[in-house]
Amino acid sequence: MLNSSLKQLSTLLEAKKVSSVELTREFLRRIQVLNQEYNAFITVNEEMSLNQARTADTMIASGVACPLTGIPIAHKDIFCTKGWLTTCGSKMLSSFISPYDAHVIERFNKAGTVNIGKTNMDEFAMGSSNETSFYGPVKNPWDITTVPGGSSGGSACAVAARMAPAATGTDTGGSIRQPAALCGVSGIKPTYGLVSRYGMIAFASSLDQGGPIAKSAADLALMLNVMVGFDARDSTSLLRDQEDYTRDLEKPLEGLRIGLPKEYFAEGMSDDVSRMVDAAIAEYNKLGAKIVEVSLPNTKLSIPVYYVLAPAEASSNLSRFDGVRYGHRALEYADLNDMYRKSRTQGFGAEVKRRILIGTYVLSHGYYDAYYIKAQKLRRLIAQDFAEAFKQCEIIMGPTSPTVAFALGEKSSDPLQMYLSDTYTAAASLAGLPGMSIPAGFGNRNRPVGLHIIGNYFSEAQMLNVAHQYQQVMDWHTRMPDITKA
Amino acid sequence: MSLVLEDVKRVANLACIEISDEEARSMLDQLTGIFCLIEQMQAVNTSTIAPMSHAQDVVQRLRMDVVTEADQHELFQSLAPQVEAGFYLVPKVIE
Repeated sequence: MLNSSLKQLSTLLEAKKVSSVELTREFLRRIQVLNQEYNAFITVNEEMSLNQARTADTMIASGVACPLTGIPIAHKDIFCTKGWLTTCGSKMLSSFISPYDAHVIERFNKAGTVNIGKTNMDEFAMGSSNETSFYGPVKNPWDITTVPGGSSGGSACAVAARMAPAATGTDTGGSIRQPAALCGVSGIKPTYGLVSRYGMIAFASSLDQGGPIAKSAADLALMLNVMVGFDARDSTSLLRDQEDYTRDLEKPLEGLRIGLPKEYFAEGMSDDVSRMVDAAIAEYNKLGAKIVEVSLPNTKLSIPVYYVLAPAEASSNLSRFDGVRYGHRALEYADLNDMYRKSRTQGFGAEVKRRILIGTYVLSHGYYDAYYIKAQKLRRLIAQDFAEAFKQCEIIMGPTSPTVAFALGEKSSDPLQMYLSDTYTAAASLAGLPGMSIPAGFGNRNRPVGLHIIGNYFSEAQMLNVAHQYQQVMDWHTRMPDITKA
Repeated sequence: MSLVLEDVKRVANLACIEISDEEARSMLDQLTGIFCLIEQMQAVNTSTIAPMSHAQDVVQRLRMDVVTEADQHELFQSLAPQVEAGFYLVPKVIE
C-alpha cells in the first residue's frame, strides 16, 4: 500500500477493501517509526487525523466521496490549519495554534482528505536545505548524512520515505522543485495566482505559490485538482474555469517541441546531474519529441534579482511579527521599542534575520531605485526571455538543481553557496511560470537527480502529460529508499 | 558601493533587530558577499524597461463595501501574549 498511487488508494477505499481509518493508522505508524530519524514532521496529532478519517469513511459509505476522500495528506507547516500548531518552522510561531484554515486546507477538508501531520520546513520558507528550521534539519531518506533540500524538505522527505502518499508544499524560488529533486519525488509549482495564498504564511508575496509533492505526475494532477481554485481573499488569485489536470495525461508526445536553454547546460551543472538530464532528454526524443536549442540570456541575473526581491518582500511581510497580537513576545523588556526588538531578535533565526536585513537595506532611502526597482526591471527581462523561448517550443527542460543532495552542514555557514542552489528554479518563479521536477535517475553515491520541466502560463495539464509519458517508460519515480526498519 | 559596519547597524535598527558588534561584523562579511553578487544587476542597461511587480497583468478587484467577516476577536485574541478587556496590551508609550 505504501507504494500505491493516489488512484489505487482511492479505488481500494471506494471498494471498501481498506478504510480511511486503517490507511491513516498505517501511515501514522510509519511516521512514528521513522520520524525520529528523519524529522520530517513537526506536528502529528493522531486523534485529529483519525477524526478526519472517520468523517471520510462516512462520506465513502454514503456515496459522496471525491477522488481523494479518505487519503492521508501531509501539509507543509506554512499552511494555517485550524486547531493545529502552525509554526512555519520558526520559534516565533512555536506556540501558534491557528484559529483558521488556509484556503488550500479548506479545499482538502472539503475533498475529505485526512491531514496526516504538519511537515518540517526551513524557517519561514527561507532556505534550500531545511537546515534553518527551528525544529532541526530534516534528513534525506536516500542518505541521512545529506539534506533533503528546502524549503519544503519535510514534505519531500515524507513522500520519499512513504510516510505520506502525497504532501503540500510552497515554492518561492524553488522550494517545491529543489527538495523534490533531491529526494527523488515529483513536485509542481503552478502558474502564479492559481493556488490561493490565503492562510499560507507569507514570505515573498509576488513569488509565493503553493503546490503538491507526490510520487508521480498522475498523483500531482489529482492533488492540483484539489489545490487550484479562485479565492477572493487572495488579491492575486486568478479567476479561471476549474480545470481537470488529469485530462491530458495519456496524450502522446509526438511533435512536442522541447527547448533546452543553452545557458542551463553551459556551466555550473555537476557531471552526474548532466549525465542523467541528457539521458532523460534522449528518452523524450524516443517518445517523439523534437529537441530544440533555445536561449534565456538573462539566466545569470535570476539569482541576484531574486535575492533583492524576495528579501525585500520578506522584510515587509515579517514586520507583522512584533510580539503584540500573536507569536513570540520576549519575557523582559524596557519599553515598547525594546519589546519589539527583543521579541524579534529572540523569535527569528539567523537566516531570517539575514534576509530581513538585506530586504530592509534594498528598500531603504537612497537605495530603493538602485536595487528594488532595478530588480523589478530585470524581472521583466527574465520573463521576456521565456516569452521568446516559448515561440520555439512548448516545454523547456533542464536540471532542477546543479548538484545532487549535499551533506548536512556543507553549505549552512556559507549563505551565498546555498543561494546558488536555486540557480535553475528562481527564473521561472520570477516570471510566474509553472515549473516542475520529476525523478530522472541517480547521480553520485546513488543520490536522486531531478529533471526540471518549465511550461508556459497555465500549461500545467500539458506539463503533467509530458512528465506522465516519461513515467510510463521509465520507473525512476517508483524507486524508494532502502528503509528496513519500517 | 561597499557596505560598512554602520550600514549593518543602521539597517538592523530599522528592522527592529538587535545585533551585537561581533554579530554585525560577521553579518557584514556575509552581506558583502551577497551584495557582490547582487551588483551584477548594474551591468545591464534597463533605462527603457518598465518594472514588473507581478507576473500576470491583473487589476485589483473591487467589492461591495460591506462587512464580510464575522466578529471572532475573542478567538483571535486568545493567541495574544497580553490582552485585557478586548485590547492588546503593550508597554506604556505616553507618560
